Amino acid sequence: MTKELVCIVCPRSCRMQISMDGSEPVVTGNTCKRGRDFAVREMTDPRRTVCTTVRTAFPGVPVLPVRVSAPIPKGRIFDLMREVNRVTVTERLGRGDTVVPNILDLGADLIVTSNVLKEETKG
Amino acid sequence: MTTGSVDVLVVGGGPAGLAAAISAHDNGAKVLLLEREARLGGILKQCIHDGFGLLRFGEQLSGPEYAERFEDELHAREIEYRTLTFVTGIGQNEDGAFAVHTVGRDGVSVLYAKALVLATGCRERTAKQVFIHGTRPAGIFTAGTAQHFTNLLGQMPAKRCVILGSGDIGLIMARRLTLEGAKVLGVYEAKATPSGLTRNLHQCLHDYDIPLHLSHTVTRVFGSDRLEAVEISKVDETMSPIPGTAQRVDCDALILSVGLIPENELAEALGVQLDGRTRGPVCDGQCMTSVDGVFSCGNALHVNDLVDYVSKNAQQAGKAAAYYQAKPRRLIQMTPADGLLYVVPQRLNLNESNRATDLYFRVREDENNCVLHIEADGKEIFKKRYAFLRPPEMENLTIDFDSCGLNETSRVVLRLEKSAKETV
Repeated sequence: MTKELVCIVCPRSCRMQISMDGSEPVVTGNTCKRGRDFAVREMTDPRRTVCTTVRTAFPGVPVLPVRVSAPIPKGRIFDLMREVNRVTVTERLGRGDTVVPNILDLGADLIVTSNVLKEETKG
Repeated sequence: MTTGSVDVLVVGGGPAGLAAAISAHDNGAKVLLLEREARLGGILKQCIHDGFGLLRFGEQLSGPEYAERFEDELHAREIEYRTLTFVTGIGQNEDGAFAVHTVGRDGVSVLYAKALVLATGCRERTAKQVFIHGTRPAGIFTAGTAQHFTNLLGQMPAKRCVILGSGDIGLIMARRLTLEGAKVLGVYEAKATPSGLTRNLHQCLHDYDIPLHLSHTVTRVFGSDRLEAVEISKVDETMSPIPGTAQRVDCDALILSVGLIPENELAEALGVQLDGRTRGPVCDGQCMTSVDGVFSCGNALHVNDLVDYVSKNAQQAGKAAAYYQAKPRRLIQMTPADGLLYVVPQRLNLNESNRATDLYFRVREDENNCVLHIEADGKEIFKKRYAFLRPPEMENLTIDFDSCGLNETSRVVLRLEKSAKETV
């Protein structure tokens, strides 16, 4: 069976076809290796990078942008959201700092993506 | 009143302004950047999703990460900038210097500059501009406003919402609101084709089973204090509602992602000529507008879909502004023909080097297997085949025009040869 996919790795949005019938997956329509890797993973273990915000204890910056440090299984996105929405940041974390290490044992950390909390103290 | 004088004054501290300021500084200019908000970064501050920077950095960055890389560069160079500073007017002295009037925390100032870079970004089209009728309840937001509430203020603007328009911000917000627990009933698009990037249709709508209804629009809103429902109608090819197709959809918010318009109030006040197709200034290969010494870049010049292009374009504008000297220009036109919506730059200045001119263009409608031809005086100077081109996906080319023997009477035309392969 051949499945149609759209690559989300880059803005090119390549339309790809993947067949998993043989011993090796056959990918067509991709224009780079990342496309092929994405297609194979999409069929076997689809993952997404989740970007969201986390509550803080600082009134000037009520929420802080965060993301997972590596793509997580697509089926766990809403579990992750529930976990993130339980967290309150009480320290002035900066870009790249970890909010929750290995969140939900998914093998990815929840990391801060902005220095907004650190900047606020400089004003 | 305070005063000051610089070589290059940059208006706007978003991605375009940041890249322009850094580039002008690196090319030897004394630079001052003005930003009306409290923080640098422009719209990227609230674009917390990833996907930025793949072309420039080879990484998938979130908006704040992308912007802050440039902010770090600005700080490392100790480039002067003022936040919470609003430009109230720009004049020009007899010696050609620009007098920029501002108001900020220190009161009013007038700043003099040899060259200006307008990096004022774009604005969202509002409900008024798409002629939505009915009452005026709370709950009607542009996608950017909804994004501001959700991502910067931490407040949910909707529980059950309808999104009108399939622009990228609308798609991104459909996903964002779904992640935070809202029900997105559907994305409605008046056109027959989606407006956003294909990958956003997949990762924002398909991933979350959010339906996309093409050739549908919102024809009425209901509710007095808060939005209670919207009326959705099917539209024909001219985007006119088809009678008898109206249906009521109960919701507490209507989110509009119906287009962006370059912001050029300051440019217009300076007498800068605008292009009706891009709604941004007509510029040459050095990003100089029709007014000598005034440069334009980023979304103020034309609405980009990738910030990577904004940075690249703004770097050129900043560099050109740093080297700006009042001298005559020899300008020739570049004309978008068959199948092309627009091309930027619109002109070439033959008194400058055009050896590596960055061209940006969009097509009018979806095209498959087409060939772009660039011709000077009827002679082909460049061609490229594309498997597919879509209006939402802007294309970028670097062309050497210096080797084409152009002169003052030359005419450069870009045209698209449609379905070139299918005739084989």
